[in-house]
Amino acid sequence: MKRAIALRNLLYLLPLAFLGLFFFYPLARVVWASLAPEGRLDLSPVMSLWHESYFGRALWFTTWEAAVSAALTLVVGMPAAYVFARYRFPGKSLLLALTTIPFVMPAMVVAAAFIALLGPRGWLNSVLMQWFGMSRGPIRLEQSIALILIAHVFYNASVIVRLVGGFWSHLDPRLADVARSLGGNPFRVFREITLPLLMPSVASATLLVFLFCFTSFGVIMILGGPRFATLEVEIYRQAVTLFRLPEAAAISLAQMFLTFLVMIVYTRVQARTTVALNLRSAEETALPPTTPARIFGVAMVVIGLLLFLVMPLLALAGRSLGVADPLRYYRELFVDRTNSAFYVAPGTAIRNSLMFAVVTTALALLIGVATSYLLARGGRFGRVLDPIVLLPLGTSAVTLGFGYILAFARFPFNLRASLLLVPIAHSLIAFPFVVRAVLPALRGLNPDWRDAAAGLGASPWRVWQEVELPIVGRAILVGALFAFTISMGEFGATLLIARPDFPTMPIVIFRLLGQPGQLNYGQALAMSTLLMAVCAIGFILIERFRVGNVGQF
Amino acid sequence: MPLLTVAGVSKAYPGLPVLHAISLEAEAREIVCLLGPSGCGKSTLLRIVAGLETADRGQVFFAGEDMAAVPAHRRRFSLMYQDYALFPHMDVAGNVAFGLRMQDRPLDEIEARVSEMLALVELRGYERRRVSELSGGEQQRVALARSLAPGPRLLMLDEPLGALDRALRDQLMNDLRAILKRVGVTALYVTHDQEEAFAVADRVLIMQTRPEAGEGGRVVQAGVPQDVYRYPATSYVARFLGFRNLIDGTVIAALPSSPDRSAILGADVTRDCAAWGSDNTGAWQYMVKTPLGQLLVGDAAPGREPGDQSVVLIRPEAAEVLPLTAAGSEPNIVAGHLLDCSFRGSFYLLRTGHAGGVELTCEISITRGSIPAIGAPLALRLNPCATTLVAGQQKHELLFDSV
Repeated sequence: MKRAIALRNLLYLLPLAFLGLFFFYPLARVVWASLAPEGRLDLSPVMSLWHESYFGRALWFTTWEAAVSAALTLVVGMPAAYVFARYRFPGKSLLLALTTIPFVMPAMVVAAAFIALLGPRGWLNSVLMQWFGMSRGPIRLEQSIALILIAHVFYNASVIVRLVGGFWSHLDPRLADVARSLGGNPFRVFREITLPLLMPSVASATLLVFLFCFTSFGVIMILGGPRFATLEVEIYRQAVTLFRLPEAAAISLAQMFLTFLVMIVYTRVQARTTVALNLRSAEETALPPTTPARIFGVAMVVIGLLLFLVMPLLALAGRSLGVADPLRYYRELFVDRTNSAFYVAPGTAIRNSLMFAVVTTALALLIGVATSYLLARGGRFGRVLDPIVLLPLGTSAVTLGFGYILAFARFPFNLRASLLLVPIAHSLIAFPFVVRAVLPALRGLNPDWRDAAAGLGASPWRVWQEVELPIVGRAILVGALFAFTISMGEFGATLLIARPDFPTMPIVIFRLLGQPGQLNYGQALAMSTLLMAVCAIGFILIERFRVGNVGQF
Repeated sequence: MPLLTVAGVSKAYPGLPVLHAISLEAEAREIVCLLGPSGCGKSTLLRIVAGLETADRGQVFFAGEDMAAVPAHRRRFSLMYQDYALFPHMDVAGNVAFGLRMQDRPLDEIEARVSEMLALVELRGYERRRVSELSGGEQQRVALARSLAPGPRLLMLDEPLGALDRALRDQLMNDLRAILKRVGVTALYVTHDQEEAFAVADRVLIMQTRPEAGEGGRVVQAGVPQDVYRYPATSYVARFLGFRNLIDGTVIAALPSSPDRSAILGADVTRDCAAWGSDNTGAWQYMVKTPLGQLLVGDAAPGREPGDQSVVLIRPEAAEVLPLTAAGSEPNIVAGHLLDCSFRGSFYLLRTGHAGGVELTCEISITRGSIPAIGAPLALRLNPCATTLVAGQQKHELLFDSV
């Protein structure tokens, strides 16, 4: 019995040790590198940062693009949220699932998809060129801010639709009915009754989108080109391209501080969405659209949503097929055309990604399930641990990768060259999702069941096996799928820490998109399509096995 | 001319009929109640009158004007829900003032009116309270104040007392009627509770729905509460009102009421009717052949002929226990045996079995007669002035009757 307890406590120590070693320590190294680059406290890199024009520009640009992206996403997402909240129509759940697919797509896939749709050689341009006989495509959005903003809206619309739409669907429609009967026209009712009640969820969803756009990396790199730099891009540039580590560390510090600030505001606002309202079930409040005007409106939103969310991905898959020989670019992935000893066929990246993903899944499950058990037990410790577990989610992946470079480059940690770093970094990013999936299931377990089973003579191990595992098993499966999908698509941290001869799929896509020529372009699209397919399948499986709203924010 | 006219309103959702040709009228300052079981479409009818939903067929007229062209927010019909639907982000004054603000009244007028309304519902001084802090009864009063504040032309209440506990409901039933009468507003009131309906309404409409026959809710009887209770139109209405003693029979003789009843029918009816204190204007008497024997029905509407099939309704307070030897000496004294006896405070609830498999449920005042043991034989004298005739239903319809 004592041994069992000791073993259990050891297991609980695992997530703390993991977070301590692979999250706090690298970040501490970053902070240390920025505040004491030569070994002694020297605040000059940090102080001088304020005078550097590139920092000011990057800070301004990051804030500005995140704010505008969030606002645009809100504008696009609100009508869709309304339709999903208040109406019932055929294909609704399918459409809802479809809206979330962009969100789970890796940054590289989204970037490639928009290039395939709106780029100079993109689908839209080709069609227009053909129809109107132009020599060059009329849509010249490449490396423009517009493309970045469109991609951000594409990426995050589902956050608004799900969070605001979900909350809206629980609002009592009778409040609006009463307000109308008291003389409120539809506009005034929306402004005075519906909007104030929706405000907490709108605010928290918008903040979340702001946070995601603030830490956006891959999309900015590819779709923005050299002209646009967010803080993340600057960190990468300073660290990897210019090799100015103290400056990179200083920017990381600023980035950490700002995202931490945003997250605090977010958690405060989020707490207000649990205000005691008389919430009704979503099925009750949704009605089929009856009048022609309503049917038209709903149809417009549905069609618009479908077009906006599906077209880029379809364009990606479509453009990845060669004209004469559909699978040409796919086959090229596995061919080594340079006969160089150091060349690695892009196709091997598939093998690498899969390997990393499997290891990540195992690691993330181990850490995540242990953490979930820790948190489910509650108590003081759990309350402190809860927000800490969320921190990796809000930390920039680039900062993390940079921290790994600093922390594990030297003895005794010479893991830099080790392949293990990539899955470790992936696990760090993925395990909060595992916790988000498993913790609600654990909290839903009734302790009386355990007592009843124990009373019937079952040992703790048997109890776990027979009572808890079937219930938690599904949630663990969902967590595993999350971890797998996230690992396959991770870009920011991987870019910094992966060995050049062991690239992952997103890295290969990044490289190929950066090189000229139709062959490289085609291969990039082919690899992106494969990655998109894997993530889509992962997501579909998650949706199938998920119980209720487990795993939501 | 009636103020509100609902003419032939029908409504169906895909696969679900809700309302079937509903017609009703309400005079100015009248409280009309729709009484019916849950799911018979009463709430949908309110929403249609309020303009929140459109009927498939039929019209709603108010003061002679067809409401089809008038959107909900311009009708000035206030709506009050069972769960009050108070605006959670406003305080009590904010809620009550909402309708007045929609009318763009000046602020000081709004403030004065809010105080007036809160005083009316006996919640003086509650202006700044948060709605989440209020008890159920207080919330209901705030909802009422909110509905009345903008001076609506019509007030619609959807089971307003449904969320309250019994004691509160009993008390508020009276208060509600008093407030509505004091303000003088025309009201359409919906409930499934018959006691509530009788206490609050000037006129009652009973609704019935038959989903298995593919029909939505329809009005099966309308009238003043006393009339509806005394003369239920059908067995369905009788059962809905809680009556249990419904016996099939055939009319043998039919006679208009006259002062000298005992001479015509050979029973000492005058004595019982006087004790009953009933006002039998226009009532007829029928002799009906039933499995219990011949029964004298003393308080029924005209219109039935000898040979008609009908159903005899015996009100539970109509019985008196006599020894078995008295059975058959007069009409309306029937033999039976005691199945069940339950003490209820002011009366015993007796369940008795009789010839022909008929069971009767009666309330015997504790001051009248002694109760034999369970299983013992007895005779019941049934007061003819507490029996009436209701329309029968076809046999197969009886199977689907739900009460």
